[in-house]
Amino acid sequence: MSTQQGQDAKFFQRGKIEEFRAELQAAESKDKKYQKRKTVLKKIVANITMGNDMSPLFHDVIQCIGTPLLEIKKMVYLYLVSYGRSKPDQIHMVIPSFLQDCNDRNPLIRALAIRTMAYIPIPVVTEALSDQLRHCIKDRDPYVRKTAAICVAKIYVADARKAERAGFVEMLRDMLLDSNATVVANAVAALSEIGDRQDGVIFRLNLTVANKLIASLGESSEWGQIYILDSLLRFVPEEHSEAEMMGERIIVQLQHANSAVVLTAVKVLLYLMNYMENRRLIEHICKKMGPPLVALLSSGPEVQYVTLRNILLIIQRRPTVLKNDVKVFFCKYNDPIYVKLAKLEIMYRLAREENAQEVLTELEEYASEVDIDFVRKSVRSIGRLAIKVEAAADNCIQSLLTLIETKVTYVVQEAVIVIKDIFRRYPGKYEGIIPTLCENLDALDEPESKAAMIWILGQFANRIDNADELLDDLVYNFLDESTEVQLALLTATVKLFVYKSTSETAKALVHKVLKWATEEIDNPDLRDRGFIYWRMLAVNPTLAQEIVLAQKPAITTDSDRMDRGALDQLLLHTGTLGSIYHKNPETFIRNAAGRALVDTPALNPSSKAVLITLSRPHLPPTTVTVQGPGPIEPTPVPSAEPSKSMTSAPSEVGGQGLLDVDDVVTRPDSYDGEADVDGEDEDEVPRKAGDPYANLDNAFGGYLADKPQPIGGGRGGNTNVDDLLLWGTAINTQLR
Amino acid sequence: IVFHPGEQVLISRLYRTDFKRSIADVFRIQVISNSDVRSPIITLGSTSFFHVRVNNLYVVAVTKTNANAALVFEYCYRLISIAKSYFGKVDEEAVKNNFVLIYELIDVEINDFGYPQNSEIDTLKSYITTESIMSSAYAAEESSKITSQATGATSWRRGDVKYKKNEAFVDVVETVNLSMSAKGTVLRADVDGHIQMRAYLSGTPECKFGLNDKLVIDKNERGVGDAVELDDCRFHQCVRLTEFDASRTISFIPPDGEFELMRYRCTSNVKLPLRIIPTVTEIGTTQVSYTVTVKGNFGVKLSATNVVLKIPTPLNTTTVDCKVANGKAKYVPAENVVVWKIPRIQGGQECTFTATAELTSTTLRQVWARPPIDVDFQVLMFTASGLIVRFLKVFEKSNYHSIKWVRYLTKASGSYQIRVSFGFLIGF
Repeated sequence: MSTQQGQDAKFFQRGKIEEFRAELQAAESKDKKYQKRKTVLKKIVANITMGNDMSPLFHDVIQCIGTPLLEIKKMVYLYLVSYGRSKPDQIHMVIPSFLQDCNDRNPLIRALAIRTMAYIPIPVVTEALSDQLRHCIKDRDPYVRKTAAICVAKIYVADARKAERAGFVEMLRDMLLDSNATVVANAVAALSEIGDRQDGVIFRLNLTVANKLIASLGESSEWGQIYILDSLLRFVPEEHSEAEMMGERIIVQLQHANSAVVLTAVKVLLYLMNYMENRRLIEHICKKMGPPLVALLSSGPEVQYVTLRNILLIIQRRPTVLKNDVKVFFCKYNDPIYVKLAKLEIMYRLAREENAQEVLTELEEYASEVDIDFVRKSVRSIGRLAIKVEAAADNCIQSLLTLIETKVTYVVQEAVIVIKDIFRRYPGKYEGIIPTLCENLDALDEPESKAAMIWILGQFANRIDNADELLDDLVYNFLDESTEVQLALLTATVKLFVYKSTSETAKALVHKVLKWATEEIDNPDLRDRGFIYWRMLAVNPTLAQEIVLAQKPAITTDSDRMDRGALDQLLLHTGTLGSIYHKNPETFIRNAAGRALVDTPALNPSSKAVLITLSRPHLPPTTVTVQGPGPIEPTPVPSAEPSKSMTSAPSEVGGQGLLDVDDVVTRPDSYDGEADVDGEDEDEVPRKAGDPYANLDNAFGGYLADKPQPIGGGRGGNTNVDDLLLWGTAINTQLR
Repeated sequence: IVFHPGEQVLISRLYRTDFKRSIADVFRIQVISNSDVRSPIITLGSTSFFHVRVNNLYVVAVTKTNANAALVFEYCYRLISIAKSYFGKVDEEAVKNNFVLIYELIDVEINDFGYPQNSEIDTLKSYITTESIMSSAYAAEESSKITSQATGATSWRRGDVKYKKNEAFVDVVETVNLSMSAKGTVLRADVDGHIQMRAYLSGTPECKFGLNDKLVIDKNERGVGDAVELDDCRFHQCVRLTEFDASRTISFIPPDGEFELMRYRCTSNVKLPLRIIPTVTEIGTTQVSYTVTVKGNFGVKLSATNVVLKIPTPLNTTTVDCKVANGKAKYVPAENVVVWKIPRIQGGQECTFTATAELTSTTLRQVWARPPIDVDFQVLMFTASGLIVRFLKVFEKSNYHSIKWVRYLTKASGSYQIRVSFGFLIGF
């Protein structure tokens, strides 16, 4: 199969502009079969790739454009794509050659010419292209037509309004009815691109076109199928039967070898199911969906990861899918860590009374692996399993106790954290293990586990003989502890006092802590809570007891299930980045349009009940930041930041955003300068990644936070994390 | 979307104007120089990096949109396989040696504006070659033939293929995934099968392919015993999915040459070709003794070849004394395993391995993950699922005679795992 080896590696050498120029000029004479020119051009392309600026050669390179050798033409075009837009004053010189190529007899060259022109977003070029494109859209050769379709998307991105005025969008729409499937697929892709922009036209399909598109699926390439399937989300069924018929026709696509086709088909089916009435059909589709999803788990690890993150969403919405397949999600020893973590989550979701024991045995196995993060999550999952499946709780507790015996600090800490929740879930059942926990008090050095243990000590102070001593020890470093631990200590000592109001130690302890909390601590939460307790204990101790030891709402696992409406919305993004982060794209990507189910008579009542409607954020943000009274927080939290970044479409980058950007732009554009900027960023990132639980603020809501996240985007307004955003704008400003 | 593999940027193609080349530096800092990469996808601000590693190269895609992640990775895989098919291997040298060709490929044909277009190796080879083409006039006619193929309904096949001898080779390759607990219960056993076909057939042949698929057999011939239940089948794009859905017949016009016809999964009645019985005992804190038995669990006429067992040893192992009757066993300190290689195991044959590992006494017990025993092997003419190709029919206008060959292979590499439990024998 292998063809002859190229020998081009030697061109990867830094060359001088002057030398190349001289060589090109020398090549103009006596160039047999253009070999010389080819060699020089190869060197230049290699240098472009290495990041050396070859733009001074512009004038010399374009001299070669008339060479009748296709390979040379392609390299010159590549050069033009790289530097064309930085030479707006010279680009007009190549336009005649472009126009000539646009009318070449060879369809490949016609296509090449319009493709290259569309990559150069300079008005002169676009102007010249517009006329040519109009012909090419109707070219007799489908290859040219399909290239033209993508070109429309390119010029739309360069100047949306102009492209609309020239009527290209309508032409694209007409191309949906082209007789050639590849042309149709590319037209669909281009229209989708336009429709996904916040400033783009709205792209919707009607039943006739949708059916036509489905019919062309069979003739499309695998990529074309993806574009077409994806676009079917733009069809809104008005009647149940429309959705049902369409669903039946799409099921077969689940059998495709390309994972993207499968996932996109799954997406369309999940979407259509919202509009279906026939229960049997819905069940049938769910049944059909399982095996292909499982099959994707034998692809490369990256695709496995994408699939797993999506399965996690799908099984929350359609629990019957993969209901009995928990075994396929058992981790292999050599799975990459990201696959393992994603599998763990799914195993927990699929755990039920019938398979709990199997799952537990697996989790125990994982708890003895080496990757700390994975081990911790496994231990945590054991605890969650105990909370979720009552029948398995006994065994889970037993295995947690065994794990505590290993004395591996992070295992012990993790176990303590989950055991706290187990106590709350099954009051009065497992308190017998408290002494074991107390023995491991010294192993706890992280705030979360410490706080959990302190909660246990306070809550059950009446059952622990030496609770006062233990708490006294813990209080010793009160002022150096993190807020989380301080809050826990405050509450725990109050509880201790309420239980043992006669004990002198308890009295002294609570007094000491209250005094610290109200006088030494700057944190308003802590101070206020301190005052409240103090006041309560002073005014009416009996009532205080009732309040402090009030009945707690039982813990359930409901809180870690995602909201139905949000889930419906997220599933519209199956297979995409959003589905991996479990976030709607408009929350972390600029200029991304959101998606939502559209309300029609066919929409299921249950989906309708939780429907989230979408308003296109056309308007500039009206966020007003009010400086609150009181002390200014040391952490910079400009709440306007996320909304600003979201709405700053390229056309309106201005104002405050630019100020930050200038800092970056004015630095020398050397590698060092950039490394500096990135350096800051690097400091940021590992800190986040290093402690995966850093953002866990409470026991249960916290579980959800512990998952892949886009760094910087969407999560509050930490200004310097988002430096890439600044980067992006920096690029835009330089281009303009 | 941008692509650039390598420590040094070897190829980079920016399809969108909102990126500049230095984006590569960001990736270099975030992924390549970061020793602990925990995800193939990284998002910074609204820019996302997808990467796939091959040898020492990274294939990276960058986007600022909510891209279809599955599509991106499939595309990266495809790019790698195209590169393999063009230059035989994918490494820094090969990429550098062919960079102009790669630009031509990714730029012009495979991808346009970030939209993958055509990734059929056969079609690509018809017009992107390692030789130069003299362009324009003479090629015009040739070109329109190409364009119609690139956009046509059977983009994977040229119409004018001719062979003297019409042959088709079918390889059924099954990979067994096994995860067995220390107690000997099967936690998970399934088969990932794929059917590889090499078609050297003239013209535009129409093929029909039949397996002992339970659903088909049950429908047609009741009572035939050895039917296989396939959990899931996925096909090359040449297979007509609608026809399969309606009648479970696999019909297609094959691409010329080698391609993967289908993939399937099977989870019921998996026949495990090798049975492994490990006994591991810790003697005090300084010794671990091993007895591992392997048995060929298939017909006497067949044999497993290239059997390699990797038996994990504790991290503080100093020496391992191994005794084997068959093959060779060697302690590999770098990987903390004993590698036991057996060139051939006949069906029914049993091989035993005994060893004692000496440990240094350490005060700090290092965390040792106790990895499972991993077994690699190949068994020819055996399918773990029991799958058999019942027929392959070729129909062509000219009605030529064709020769068909079928081969079966069951193998495991890195996925046949037996967990080990430790018996403790303290105070020996």
